[in-house]
Amino acid sequence: MAVAALKNDTLSPDRQVLFDYAVMLGDTALIHGQRLSEWTSHAPTVELDIALGNQALDLIGQARMFLEYAGKVEEAGRDEDALAFLRDGFDFRNLLIVELPNGDFGHTMARQFIMGVYSSLLYEALSASQDDQLAGIAKKAVKEQRYHARHGGEWLVRLGDGTEESHARAQRGLDELWPYTHELFTTDPVESAAAELGFGVDPSGLRAEWDGLVDDVLARAGLSRPEDDWQPDGGKRGEHTENLGYILAELQFLQRAYPGAEW
Amino acid sequence: MNETTRDVVELGQWFDAYVADEKKIEPKDWMPDAYRKTLVRQISQHAHSEVIGMQPEGNWITRAPTLRRKAGLLAKVQDEAGHGLYLYSAAETLGVSRGQMDDGLLSGKDKYSSIFNYPTPTWADIGAIGWLVDGAAITNQIPLCRCSYGPYARAMIRVCKEESFHQRQGYEIMLRLSHGTAEQKRMAQDALNRWWWPAVMMFGPSDKDSAHSAQSMAWRIKRVSNDDLRQRFVDMTVKQADYLGLTMPDPDLKWNEERGHYDIGEIDWSDFWKVVKGNGPCNRQRLAHRQKAHDDGEWVRDAALAHANKRVARATRDAA
Repeated sequence: MAVAALKNDTLSPDRQVLFDYAVMLGDTALIHGQRLSEWTSHAPTVELDIALGNQALDLIGQARMFLEYAGKVEEAGRDEDALAFLRDGFDFRNLLIVELPNGDFGHTMARQFIMGVYSSLLYEALSASQDDQLAGIAKKAVKEQRYHARHGGEWLVRLGDGTEESHARAQRGLDELWPYTHELFTTDPVESAAAELGFGVDPSGLRAEWDGLVDDVLARAGLSRPEDDWQPDGGKRGEHTENLGYILAELQFLQRAYPGAEW
Repeated sequence: MNETTRDVVELGQWFDAYVADEKKIEPKDWMPDAYRKTLVRQISQHAHSEVIGMQPEGNWITRAPTLRRKAGLLAKVQDEAGHGLYLYSAAETLGVSRGQMDDGLLSGKDKYSSIFNYPTPTWADIGAIGWLVDGAAITNQIPLCRCSYGPYARAMIRVCKEESFHQRQGYEIMLRLSHGTAEQKRMAQDALNRWWWPAVMMFGPSDKDSAHSAQSMAWRIKRVSNDDLRQRFVDMTVKQADYLGLTMPDPDLKWNEERGHYDIGEIDWSDFWKVVKGNGPCNRQRLAHRQKAHDDGEWVRDAALAHANKRVARATRDAA
């Protein structure tokens, strides 16, 4: 069972759900952006360095909007940076798939595609949120995520169709990531409460459309849809892989080494 | 049609007069071989510098201290990749291919700016690079916006706009650090100590020792001498360091009333030549990093090409 989160006691239960929900979205974008930014200067071409950097920048931008908003909702004096840099791993609510190492370019494109399609559907639904702030962030983010889905999908097709090696690598990336895709569609109590309150999205409802879009690209790429077997989860309740500790050690280094300094 | 000696002599006279008249040479215009060669060397070297320059700054993206700084640094490094690409395109207009330029960089035949062979051990290095390295680069590049070769001059106009934004961003990082805690101020001073002399040397050897200066000036590729550019940079930067409350690592630095400029101490050119010849702190690391990215990406580039060829083959077959 996940450890109980530290709560601001003065926050109403509904505001607490809004805070938790915004943090969940912000954390996934933040950890994903952090991982993707590791590609900088390592990409197969300078053009791809720009494309990956651009997508990392989109994700960091989304994280900032969600976390800044969560801080305002919480009214405990925490801003985007306090939330990003001064929490430990068990208070992070990101999906496990985004904290996995980047792997090779095939692995990264498989993740960009999986997450691009998922986040496009999620933000499309969230654009109708009764919370204006969440709806506003989602409307901006959906355009970005559709581009990530398109770019990742086009690369999966190129790699799947290209050479024997690229086909094998793309398939391996997909196989390694596949178990973690199930968590995208599990409904955490925060998500069901947020959906009931009218400002959040129950992700289980996105599955059918995601399946259709993913199957279509896999067919064009000549890649096989992996078997549904092992289905790890836990990110949404703060139970992470060992990777997250290292990501945070790097992400949070300066804020931890020089407490209270302004940058 | 064969060019006769007479043609070349006449074209040479035309070229000299045209350039002297401040007109731009465009890719399809006639130009002396040596002019073309000089530009290919200079522009590809400039492009390589942008691409290699992604490494020292990219080094801090995952450790940037705030999300705003992280976004700013990511955007900046992306801009550098973009500058590399426009410069490669400008060089391509002179008949050299991207593949030849990539090979030139990876084989060590082509140079890139030595400044990127210094390491970035602390966050303050990100501030110092923006402030000093981009500051020196802009000082060098503003006159290049008036270079006689059209595509290079136009690329420089765009590059300079973005560089000037980077320079302000770097200075703002330094300002925050130098007005921050004692530990931050120490970090800022340490970075200034390490980057000042390499930045001063970015303008290259004194004009009397510079191999290419005189001809480049005549061709209107180069507009201002190395020493004059260096002086502009020093005069501007000393005042900025004062405002930061940091000390320049040069005991001989002083205002010269008579010249109306700052005098600086003797430049240690042996350090410059050591780095140019490949023995700076990071030369090997930077090239090895570039080589690894190139090698690791080979299967991706091969796959993209194979896919494109298969598509063409399928389209041809379907049309038949």
